[in-house]
Amino acid sequence: MTGLDIVASVLVLSGVALTVTAAIGLHRFPDVFARMHAASKPASLGLALTLIGTALALGGADNVTKLLLVIAFQLITAPIAAHMVGRAAYRAGTELSSDTTKDELADAPDTQLDP
Amino acid sequence: MNIVTAIALGAVTFAALLALARLFRPGSLADRVVALDTLLTTAVVGIAIYSARIGDGVYLDVLLVTSLVAFVGTVTMARYIERRGA
Repeated sequence: MTGLDIVASVLVLSGVALTVTAAIGLHRFPDVFARMHAASKPASLGLALTLIGTALALGGADNVTKLLLVIAFQLITAPIAAHMVGRAAYRAGTELSSDTTKDELADAPDTQLDP
Repeated sequence: MNIVTAIALGAVTFAALLALARLFRPGSLADRVVALDTLLTTAVVGIAIYSARIGDGVYLDVLLVTSLVAFVGTVTMARYIERRGA
């Protein structure tokens, strides 16, 4: 096992740990917005760590290019997707958890669905 | 590297099963969209680890397409929820 393999293994395992955390958070957190908080961050960092680890293990210019493309694409799209799901869920009137202390959008004009 | 990828694939399978269980648990539509997005991200991670395990890059194109489809699907479902309500 070379040094490169060890670095790749550490990166892959930490990315996988983040992925498992996201999946556990989906069950443990109280409402949609808290679940998105659990799910959407590992979607960028966990994926990036795993793919960098894979790139180190595989090598080769074509493989590394494809993996970097996936990382770049995911870093751009994951926040957009999370933002759109959150906005849609709020506008559709999804219930907030009873632990919520402050809802800053409560009296904003443009947060309800059109009738 | 073989042992590491075996452990990682096991953990990814566990995560995918948890996300699938969330998908079938009662909840709002937004809950299911978040679960499905997580499931697809987990699948991308799993495919990447499998490519590292077999030491061949043939599945990396699948990776690219899966992450594209996951994004388009999530955005489409978000638009749908916004029109129809949860």
